[in-house]
Amino acid sequence: MADPFSFQLRHVSKRFVKGKETITIFDGLDLDIPAGDFVAIMGPSGSGKTTLLNLLGGIDHVTSGEILFDGRRVDTLSENQLSAWRAANVGFIFQFYNLMPVLTAAQNVELPLLLTKLGRKERRTNVATALELVGLSDRASHYPREMSGGQQQRVAIARAIVSDPQVLLCDEPTGDLDRTTADEVLGILQLLNREHGKTIVVVTHDPEVARYTKRTLHLNKGVFVERTALA
Amino acid sequence: MNQALLVAKNLSRRKLRTLLMLVAIFIAFFLYGALECFDHAFHASETAAAADRLVTVNRINFTMPLPINYADRVRQVAGVKDVTYQSWFGGYYQDPKVPLFMFAVEPASYLAVYPAIQMAPEQRKAWLSNHTALAVGKKTAAQYNWKVGDRIPIKSNIYSRKDGAAAWEFDIAAIFSDPDETARENLVLMRFDNFNEAVTFGRDQVNMLVFSTSSNKLNDSVAKAVDALFANSEAETTTDTAAAFNRAFAAQLGNIALIVTLVVATAFAAILMIVGNTLVMSVRERTREIGVLKTLGFRGSTILSQILAESLLLAILGALLGLLVAAGAVAVVGRNIAGFGDTMRMTSGIFVGGLGWAVLLGLVTGAIPAWSAMRLQIAVALGRK
Repeated sequence: MADPFSFQLRHVSKRFVKGKETITIFDGLDLDIPAGDFVAIMGPSGSGKTTLLNLLGGIDHVTSGEILFDGRRVDTLSENQLSAWRAANVGFIFQFYNLMPVLTAAQNVELPLLLTKLGRKERRTNVATALELVGLSDRASHYPREMSGGQQQRVAIARAIVSDPQVLLCDEPTGDLDRTTADEVLGILQLLNREHGKTIVVVTHDPEVARYTKRTLHLNKGVFVERTALA
Repeated sequence: MNQALLVAKNLSRRKLRTLLMLVAIFIAFFLYGALECFDHAFHASETAAAADRLVTVNRINFTMPLPINYADRVRQVAGVKDVTYQSWFGGYYQDPKVPLFMFAVEPASYLAVYPAIQMAPEQRKAWLSNHTALAVGKKTAAQYNWKVGDRIPIKSNIYSRKDGAAAWEFDIAAIFSDPDETARENLVLMRFDNFNEAVTFGRDQVNMLVFSTSSNKLNDSVAKAVDALFANSEAETTTDTAAAFNRAFAAQLGNIALIVTLVVATAFAAILMIVGNTLVMSVRERTREIGVLKTLGFRGSTILSQILAESLLLAILGALLGLLVAAGAVAVVGRNIAGFGDTMRMTSGIFVGGLGWAVLLGLVTGAIPAWSAMRLQIAVALGRK
């Protein structure tokens, strides 16, 4: 039976050393993110939102404490083990899309599949499915420079979901988009959560995101100051 | 799509920059290929020369003459087998700018010292008996489309005839080959008696004596004995193996090997810095993309191999183009320089050696950016730390 929690953070501390100064971001943070959750993490700049997302995605390391994914510790994995874990379980969506400018939309979406054992035909099928899900089947051969910001972000979403990860980690996914396009993108994320059961964590400044998520957590100086269950 | 396409796509992201790097590498390997071919051509006769053959020249310089009677005296030295002599004729056919590799030789002794020379028996007989006979190496014969029986005028830019005639008329009596020393097939050999009777100066004088020994183990002692024979004479001699003589002859044109080394090393050092620096810049521009790839699950070692593949592909492509163009260029140049037609060419050794240097260049130039990219932290690459 699948663990009811995607992520569990236990007494997580994170400190940075900057010159002679030690900056504490988290000091004993606890957090549970159940499987199938759609949670927005909001807070002022410097509150630790991005650091939290980095820790969840295994692209930064805790100073102390534990991070469990599906009941297993991931904070103790090596870099190579983390790479494999991310490839299998986590999809990332960034504020500025971060698509490869030299690759077409389809090739960008296919990138994570190069790390799998899938054959070319299967990869193409998966890419087509992912692009269809975000409504960009007709843009498969277009390069990022030939697409609008909203379309690029939808390609980034397709790239994040093409290998069917359990979790999507989104860093300000609507931060560079107008309201209408942002709503479209959030609608796709909501669909992925509701219809496909993806666990989604969104770090955002956008209060409108709360309309789509199941709950919102407010982070201030490394501490959750308020937890609102919306679902 | 696959990883190879990803490498190719990355190389094509700034086409002008990639093209300029390719041109830089192309130039380096063109120079390498061309100069190595020249070096090979200069050393070809040296390596082909028979081990038991010695050459005696005037101690002052090989252009200074020796009395012809030295040949008889050398024949008396213990260990000497066959002796011949020859003089550079300075001949040309029609175009003074295209010299022939032409010597005046004594046919019978010449054939004894160079037993590998092959010519039809009746042609051999004609060359040995006909005063104006000419033996032509098959490559030169093919170059000028000369055939046995042709009568051709050849002029010398050194010697004039006593009878005042501008040209020397020769009958092509033999066309020969030499499977042991194919460079010899570029030679044109006139009879020394014809030369000696007609010249206005330099009678009974030769440029060099060439002789074989009964064993190459005797080379040193025979060479010393020959030079001792003419010590304190009007024309002192220096005797060495044919291979050493050829090497010394080539050295007069400059130390080709040193030139090759210096030019190639300088070009490589410059290109190492240019390509290395450009690759570092190119990878630095992609810092965020490298971070994204790592976020997607690409391992550091995969990123390292991709960047090394880029630098290797660039180096090998540039080197291939440079070596191929050099091969074509030296083939054309070789055809237009008498005596180098067959030796001035891109050998497989030079080609493979060039590709070896290309691999090294690719690895060295790609090493720093690839290593940096491999160690790059994702959070730093994405500007999140």
